[in-house]
Amino acid sequence: MLAVNNLHVYHGYLHVVKGISFQIQKGELLAIVGANGAGKSTLLGTLAGVYKAAEGTIELEGEDITPATMQTLVKKGICLVPERRQIFDSLSVKDNLLLGAYHRYRRDKKEIPRDVEQVLELFPRLKQMLDRPGGLLSGGEQQMLAIARGLMAKPKLIMLDEPSLGLAPLIVKDIMTILRKMCDELETTIILVEQNVKAALKVADRACVLSHGQISISGTAQELMNNETVQAAYFGKKQSNLVRESIS
Amino acid sequence: MEVFSQFIQLFFSGLTIGSIYALIAIGFVVTYNVTGVLNFAQGEFAMLGALTAISLSGAGLPLWAAISLAIAIVVLIGALFEKTAIYPARHSSGATLIIITIGVSFVFRGLAIFIWGTQPKSLRPFTANDPITIFQAVLLPQNLWAIAISLVGVFSMGYFFNKTYIGKAVSACVVNKFAARLMGIHPEKMSLIAISISAGLGALAGIVIAPISGASYNMGMMLGMKAFVAAVIGGLTNAPAAVVGAFLLGILESFAEGFWSAGLKDAISFALLLMMLFVKPNGLFAKATGKRV
Repeated sequence: MLAVNNLHVYHGYLHVVKGISFQIQKGELLAIVGANGAGKSTLLGTLAGVYKAAEGTIELEGEDITPATMQTLVKKGICLVPERRQIFDSLSVKDNLLLGAYHRYRRDKKEIPRDVEQVLELFPRLKQMLDRPGGLLSGGEQQMLAIARGLMAKPKLIMLDEPSLGLAPLIVKDIMTILRKMCDELETTIILVEQNVKAALKVADRACVLSHGQISISGTAQELMNNETVQAAYFGKKQSNLVRESIS
Repeated sequence: MEVFSQFIQLFFSGLTIGSIYALIAIGFVVTYNVTGVLNFAQGEFAMLGALTAISLSGAGLPLWAAISLAIAIVVLIGALFEKTAIYPARHSSGATLIIITIGVSFVFRGLAIFIWGTQPKSLRPFTANDPITIFQAVLLPQNLWAIAISLVGVFSMGYFFNKTYIGKAVSACVVNKFAARLMGIHPEKMSLIAISISAGLGALAGIVIAPISGASYNMGMMLGMKAFVAAVIGGLTNAPAAVVGAFLLGILESFAEGFWSAGLKDAISFALLLMMLFVKPNGLFAKATGKRV
């Protein structure tokens, strides 16, 4: 569904993403994990049109979308739920959801209220607070709102940047369960960037570890769970110095 | 009883001028919120609206048609202003953008002198202007038109921003441009919409005041400055608070003029501006709304 080929991205002179290639199939959940500064958010930002690729291609269902703008990519079905939620905090929960469907409001005017109801089935907690300003929601509720708003775009691919950031473990568990449900029941394709590796690998189909702008390890989520290097770096198991250096 | 009737008279005069300030102040706030630009050409839209309506009406068009067409023309001028002056300089500093808007206001004034000359002109009242007496205070129907149109304008804007999809998209750009882009919203288009609406509101204000105080090439500057004071009273980002500020300013000016001297009117307005900037720079209602300049 999405194919990334030899992608290079720079921030000024800083070479952040260094020749990344991967593919993701429809309905799959791909987790991308790695340390701070590994290039995860830049990679997602580039896929969403926030940053420009210096080299390489991004193909969505066979179409080259590398140079497209954020707005064009939303129309094509790519949606980014950015780090720190970025909800419209003075607008109501309902307005946040409606704005998620902005790119299709002329075409699907009649469907949108029904879509709000459907999305709220996934996030029943939001049902009680539709008129409340987004800024007054708790961190977990804001994250749910950000994901729900993303779903309102009816994306083919939804990308989430650190959805567990700053949230209590129970809320993280809820959110991860919802993500899995989105893949299984709605056939949504998801790229999940996470530092909470354990939580991400529990729900992902496949995963890759990003290190210094390159994919250092990739495989199924189970393979990564059992990978000694990953265990050493993220699950606190004893490791040799060599392993620790290779992942940092 | 005489003092009471004078009080009522001055109160209604204040509401009338306040309603004009309110329409222009909403334009200020909408433009500032969406583009970050303090548009000091905002008052000139009132001048252009008033003089265009006078010309069209003078050319034989029915008053309603002249007013509608004049507003449409000023909306187009606003759109042109955004495309040619604001959009190309959108990455410039705030100071640069302010200077651009001041420059544009001089251009508008120069064009107005060229087209309409320097003599004040008048637009006929919207309806028969027989005075109405309320508590011994004498009011002209045009004053009531001004207040009513302003209130309709204010509520229409409230409806537009809170109930329509495009209005919500404009609001989204105000709150978080980055997130708005991620939703597929083009902040640049919203900027064009915001400035065009502001121009239309300015034109409406000028047209409403023209039958009361006439219209001339230099009416826009002072109206714009007063509306700016109202917007600052409201915190610059909060349209309803700016409307309250506009009515407060109008009433204060009217009482200053009635009880002291007409010359004190402007001094009081600008003293109020300075006081607000020194004492409550975030606006009179910042605590209640959480909005900041």
